[in-house]
Amino acid sequence: MIVEALTGSKVYFLWLGFLTILFLLGVFAYYQQLKFGLEVTNLSQIVSWGAYIANFTFLVGVAAAAVLMVVPAYVFKIPEVKEIVIIAEIMAFVALILCLMFIVVDLGDPLKSWHLIPYIGKLNFPQSVLAWDVIILNGYLLLNAHVPGYVLYQMYLGNEPKKKYYYPFVFLSIFWAISIHTVTAFLYSGLGGKPFWNSAILAPRFLISAFSAGPALLILVFYTINKVRYHFKVKVKVFKILKSIAAIAFPINLFLVFCEVFKEFYTDSAHVASARYLFTGLHGHNILVPYIWFAIIAQIFVITVFWVPKLRDNSKFLLPACVVGFIGIWIEKGMGLIIPGFLPSPHGIIVDYTPSITEIFVCLGIWSFGALLFTMMAKVAIEILNGKLRVK
Amino acid sequence: MEAGKRMEKVLEKSLNQKVKRRSFLKVFAAAAATSVVPVKEATAFSFSKYFQKHYKEMTEADKKKVFARITKEAKEKYNTSINISDPQAIPGVKYAYCLNLKACNGSRMCVTACAEENNIDPDIGSYIKVLEMPIGTSNTERGDLFYDEHNLPKDGKYYLPTQCNQCDNAPCTKVCPVEATWKEKDGLVVIDYDWCIGCRYCQAACPYEARHFNFKEPKIDKSKLNTQQSYLSNRVRSKGVMEKCTFCLHRSREGQYPACLEACPTGARKFGNILDPKSEVAQIFKHKRVFVLKEELNTMPQFFYYFD
Repeated sequence: MIVEALTGSKVYFLWLGFLTILFLLGVFAYYQQLKFGLEVTNLSQIVSWGAYIANFTFLVGVAAAAVLMVVPAYVFKIPEVKEIVIIAEIMAFVALILCLMFIVVDLGDPLKSWHLIPYIGKLNFPQSVLAWDVIILNGYLLLNAHVPGYVLYQMYLGNEPKKKYYYPFVFLSIFWAISIHTVTAFLYSGLGGKPFWNSAILAPRFLISAFSAGPALLILVFYTINKVRYHFKVKVKVFKILKSIAAIAFPINLFLVFCEVFKEFYTDSAHVASARYLFTGLHGHNILVPYIWFAIIAQIFVITVFWVPKLRDNSKFLLPACVVGFIGIWIEKGMGLIIPGFLPSPHGIIVDYTPSITEIFVCLGIWSFGALLFTMMAKVAIEILNGKLRVK
Repeated sequence: MEAGKRMEKVLEKSLNQKVKRRSFLKVFAAAAATSVVPVKEATAFSFSKYFQKHYKEMTEADKKKVFARITKEAKEKYNTSINISDPQAIPGVKYAYCLNLKACNGSRMCVTACAEENNIDPDIGSYIKVLEMPIGTSNTERGDLFYDEHNLPKDGKYYLPTQCNQCDNAPCTKVCPVEATWKEKDGLVVIDYDWCIGCRYCQAACPYEARHFNFKEPKIDKSKLNTQQSYLSNRVRSKGVMEKCTFCLHRSREGQYPACLEACPTGARKFGNILDPKSEVAQIFKHKRVFVLKEELNTMPQFFYYFD
């Protein structure tokens, strides 16, 4: 299996090489951070969470989005989806690894992270929502390691995977997927001192945005697989399902954003300040304004593409829409959610935040590691699924 | 000209307040530079710190070992002997702070005293912030932190010092994923700096901006180092952990007033045991109209304000 992951065409090696270089740059940047502390980031006492936590939040959504393939495959038993559901589960697995990496790089003293291990350390469960998140994310990681791991390994050995060894975990993972993103939303919405986050619709917003960006990413991944693996094709039906989900999820996502905007601006209480900072700028600080409006316009474009049959069936429109939609959601629920939550500070201070070069390299490094891991795992998985790779 | 000079000063002050950042390129340069700097500058990596027990689980023998390590590290770093104490909560005592807003003249003496007493890195500044507030509001967002120190108090303004409220329903201790911060029996919210992992969730949860993060290894002027330190309060912190006001636990539990109170030139600050009906704070509670900041959040602060 390892041999399969490390053999391929020139393009494959160029791709792996490119990702490895980015990853190593990230490792170097993180080494600097370990040495000098989080001082090398642009975080401050005012904006104390930034790019790392924004990416973490977004990636929890990517992980949760696997459920969009698991439900059609195992509940509705659609054979075309069942063929490729393993790929979606691997994506969830990789996304969770990245989530944990983003959490670790955000810690001030990562060597003490063993304090988070129950019984050995002192996990503050059930009081701290972060403790819940630690448990729930690691649980989902195990589920998504077990199911594709077991199924693929049995196929590799030439055995029929036994349902009793993975079906219960598949159904458990459906509920678990919803809960990972709910708990992650509760991290923010449970804070009374941060009115911008202290909103009941944050968890539904997180889920629906995951169900928007998720299909966009899956369409791109499956399209790439069809391009590069000539003897393995993801069926049209799968794309159809993903397009329908995105066509529903994107408008709901925008609707929920609109609900928040209405509540903030029409009420016009003192708490509107954070929303103003994001959407219109506050006291001359408007660094996020172009980004959030780009995200909103991007989503309107995406909805148009997914709703007009001629456009959504044309890859010249569909693929850019998926890219733009993915980026739009990343902005909206990443930086667009984390940064304004801190601004203005309780003492009325506004410190504009943009990630430092070190932070950008660490983030790129982690994302490249994810792409590297996913590419190799997906390649092996596809070769096993199409029957080419078997134990000799 | 007067206005220009004032602006200059305010700007200078806010610039000093801003955390100095290393850019990526500077990091390269610094990385190259550290190789020539003598070893003494670099902080020795302490394995024992990373395998230390949580404060609450330490036995007396454990504590002795840990305090010895801290003393040794301070000796290496600052070349002075420090004294690490560990005063415990006194039964029947619950601390409360009352601040007379009519008396406070915005001198910021408490701010400086706090920094010196608690060995605070200049980048963090102090656990106390004083806001110049326009009359007619108690919304701290509308205050000005960077006001000019001359000709105080100004007309139409009042001065609102803020620090940790030692909340009874503290959002910060609730969210900590590793119980590195908790409320003591006498009401003080403390941190085990050696247990804190630096996730900064408590900083996000605090509605009073009372928690501060060490973005780098704190640098304290050797001549200004306060050598009378305690484990849970003013000992020198390390890189990557949180710190906060503890009402000068090392003083208050020994029967002294917090440093901010002693520094106050107007007597605006009152501190004591709220459970003792004869104490000053209990009397203020009885006879003055006291209020707390952001009462709607139900954090139940133990830091009260009143107008005399």
